[in-house]
Amino acid sequence: MTAPTELTIAEARDALAKGDLSARDLAEAHIKAIEAARDLNAFITETPERALADAEAADARRAKGEPAGALDGIPLAIKDLFCTEGVMTSAGSRILDGFVPPYESTITANLWRAGAGLLGKTNLDEFAMGSSNVTSYAGPVVNPWRRAGDNRPLVPGGSSGGSAAAVAARIALGAIGTDTGGSIRQPAAFCGIVGLKPTYGRCSRWGTVVFASSLDQAGPMTRSVRDAAIMLGAMAGPDARDSTCVDVPVPDYEAGLDAGVKGLRVGIPAEYRIDGTPGEIVALWEQGVAWLREQGAEIVDISLPHTSYALPTYYIVAPAEASSNLSRYDGVKFGLRVPSDDLAEMYEKTRAAGFGDEVKRRVLIGAYVLSAGYYDAYYLKAQRLRTLIAGDFRAAFEGVDVVLTPTAPSAAFAVGEKTDDPIAMYLNDVFTVPASLAGLPAISVPAGLSGDGPPLGLHLIGRPFDEATMLRAAAAIERAAAFSARPGGLGS
Amino acid sequence: MSEKLMVEGRTGPWEVIIGLEVHAQVISEAKLFSGASTAFGAAPNSQVSLVDAAMPGMLPVINRRCVEQAVRTGLALGAEINLMSVFDRKNYFYPDLPAGYQISQFSRPIVGAGTIHLDLPDGATRAVGVTRLHLEQDAGKSIHDRDPSATLVDLNRSGIALMEIVSEPDLRSAEEAGAYMRKLRSILRYIGTCDGNMAEGSMRCDANVSVRRPGESLGTRTETKNLNSVRFLMRAIDYEVQRQIAVLEDGGRIVQETRLFDSARGETRPMRSKEEAHDYRYFPDPDLLPLRLDADWVAAIEATLPELPDAKKARFMADYDLSAYDAGVLVAERANADYFEAVAKGRDAKLAANWVISELFGLLNKAGKSVLDTPVSAAALGGLVDLIGDGTISGRIAKDVFAEMFESGKDAATIIAEKGLEQVSDAGAIEKIADQIIAANPGQVAQYEKNPKVIGWFVGQIMKATRGQANPGVVNQVLLKKLGG
Repeated sequence: MTAPTELTIAEARDALAKGDLSARDLAEAHIKAIEAARDLNAFITETPERALADAEAADARRAKGEPAGALDGIPLAIKDLFCTEGVMTSAGSRILDGFVPPYESTITANLWRAGAGLLGKTNLDEFAMGSSNVTSYAGPVVNPWRRAGDNRPLVPGGSSGGSAAAVAARIALGAIGTDTGGSIRQPAAFCGIVGLKPTYGRCSRWGTVVFASSLDQAGPMTRSVRDAAIMLGAMAGPDARDSTCVDVPVPDYEAGLDAGVKGLRVGIPAEYRIDGTPGEIVALWEQGVAWLREQGAEIVDISLPHTSYALPTYYIVAPAEASSNLSRYDGVKFGLRVPSDDLAEMYEKTRAAGFGDEVKRRVLIGAYVLSAGYYDAYYLKAQRLRTLIAGDFRAAFEGVDVVLTPTAPSAAFAVGEKTDDPIAMYLNDVFTVPASLAGLPAISVPAGLSGDGPPLGLHLIGRPFDEATMLRAAAAIERAAAFSARPGGLGS
Repeated sequence: MSEKLMVEGRTGPWEVIIGLEVHAQVISEAKLFSGASTAFGAAPNSQVSLVDAAMPGMLPVINRRCVEQAVRTGLALGAEINLMSVFDRKNYFYPDLPAGYQISQFSRPIVGAGTIHLDLPDGATRAVGVTRLHLEQDAGKSIHDRDPSATLVDLNRSGIALMEIVSEPDLRSAEEAGAYMRKLRSILRYIGTCDGNMAEGSMRCDANVSVRRPGESLGTRTETKNLNSVRFLMRAIDYEVQRQIAVLEDGGRIVQETRLFDSARGETRPMRSKEEAHDYRYFPDPDLLPLRLDADWVAAIEATLPELPDAKKARFMADYDLSAYDAGVLVAERANADYFEAVAKGRDAKLAANWVISELFGLLNKAGKSVLDTPVSAAALGGLVDLIGDGTISGRIAKDVFAEMFESGKDAATIIAEKGLEQVSDAGAIEKIADQIIAANPGQVAQYEKNPKVIGWFVGQIMKATRGQANPGVVNQVLLKKLGG
């Protein structure tokens, strides 16, 4: 029989249902796997006892014939940005080191209600700011993949790097991340897994440490499209405590997965052919087009004319919101305080010691673009551009059902290769950011390997609240790609 | 501009320009964006939700009741209601501001331009423009004097809904500013959107003051913050006006700045520049969608508005023939107006108004009470007025009876019966007394013949002899007959 850690969520669910496996077996296998993979630094907090207790409760429910929901007995890894009652939630920051929330985020509460268990809290870029998971106070996460013939550690992508590494390394059946400008999709591509960012408003943000309020969305990170569909179904839904969470019906995402893409119109945006994109990225994109066409999809050339403004727009809007959202970390109420007799000095010392460089950089940028005299030139202009970018997609979706692009402009890189250059880092989000600004659902599906070994992803963008169609297209790519490569040195 | 509103300086007259920003705490069970209670005086930090404490990941959700109250207030001010408004963040660091920003409304407030009609002491009214009304969160309270080395923070107030009501710079004197505050307070209390309790901080005021030579363009203004009584508001304005005139007449310039009023010294002084050097970095709060109101919902709120002070005052003047001043006094508080109407119903309204304003309000003030806890009910005061009207007691005796009613809570008839205070209207009895007094005071009689006004002396003597119980009308008739006239 397949090792429990090798199963997909769907397979584990079916094995649990048949009685081939207990939730406790699943939890124990993953706890052991986590211990063995500590070199990855994927977890900030491991919760083995909690995982076992959750598993036993799930087994007990099943024994009574009353399984809780779609994820009953499935142990998951949770990005350390989701507040978990009684379990430290640090956001990867020194300023929240030791913070134990007295409340549970809506998303994790939804998962527990569906029967899932908690393996631990995964590492991330500090406050989800980064694309390589090197800015965490808990130290960098290592990508389980290596380049062929090169043993230098690679970054897992970010900011949900711990979640991506954990799922790729088979130390969690699935994980949740958050995506602000690509923080689920880019690490999913770098680690060879599926990462889904839902429509803005599909998943509640209540109880999730905020980076940029108008962009942040929680989403699943899994080893199959089906698993992403299962998890999204458990996570999504309205929440009266989040004014931006939308009350629209949550369909059975798994039900339509195999319906195929015959007649589906797939848009290929001309503006995503960016100079300097590596040939293998372009080639994989063309391969994706061919796969979908072969399965009966109609390929449509589209234009998203404001695409080139997306990155600068994002790097104004997100830091602006972040600069305000992070004001609450001031040493007064919770988290780190560096004492001083003078209030202003206490603020300065606390925030100087509590925040890392990338967070400080974004807070400074954000404060700058909102400040008197610059607001109109930066923030207001960025908001107008955001409207135009969303308008591009709205117009395009009149003629297509999904949009296909690469997920990232490169495969995973080694620590130090780009991580010292903020601009090069920001460019990593070039394909993911437009959908974030437009609030659209998007998914990265592992589709191939780069020439030197690590995986590459293809990226689908869907209509607002039409994750179902997007998942159907993702399943078609998954089928065609038959991605079966595994990170070196793991398993078999 | 009338001459009397000018302030005379050493070098000539100055015109005073005042605009007020009033913060009125919204009456609602729960805070503006959280479910926490708003009751005053609870133990520190006992009414703080996770949202109010700005815990990580907490999100605001607008309280419908607070929106309704703001709309109700806007309607009562005759203002335009903006069916779409936006909440913005005002960013600054302070320990009693847990999120590091206050959620307020900057460029798109919920209520636009309206009007407040001032009731001036001479009975005249004057329209003052209201620029806007917006909703915002209150901050918590920093307590600096409880611990020698630390500032303590009470977040009970954090997140309570405030309406900031901004006037046009239409006010021309401290008196007008005071009248504006009183009128605004009256309206808010009528419609139940703010209790107007300035002592508890439910209503606070910032005063923008500048002076200019008549006809010249506006001078530089100062803003005096956090005035928590009408008296302090007026004193702060008077001080600021005199200070600014003195500076300008000495050839100086007014610095645009924020000032605080020191009520102990009766003067304003600048806040430390550090306290005011803020760039608030306003931007739309991305946790909240634009607030959209349904026009029908607004209309439904409008339909529930009670008769407002201006309308009531006009009706009192028309229906009861009251003076503008008396009507203004009676309508200032809805409960007072209701009380008056209960007394006046079916009776002499002017007499009722006099009794309510002069006697009842006088004793209530002295006792520190209001009509809500008056020992004399409207029915009881009505009973007293009836006994004056039917001649059972005189107006003079009635005052003593009323004092006794106020003291004991007994009704007028009971007191009159117990003390034998019925008015003596028996002409025969009064004639007997008049005869005695006339006989005993020939000098006064001679005086009367030269000056008929001396009859007042005789009236006084008869009243004295009857302990005030003689019917004044009968006394006059008797005396005129006896003394000739």
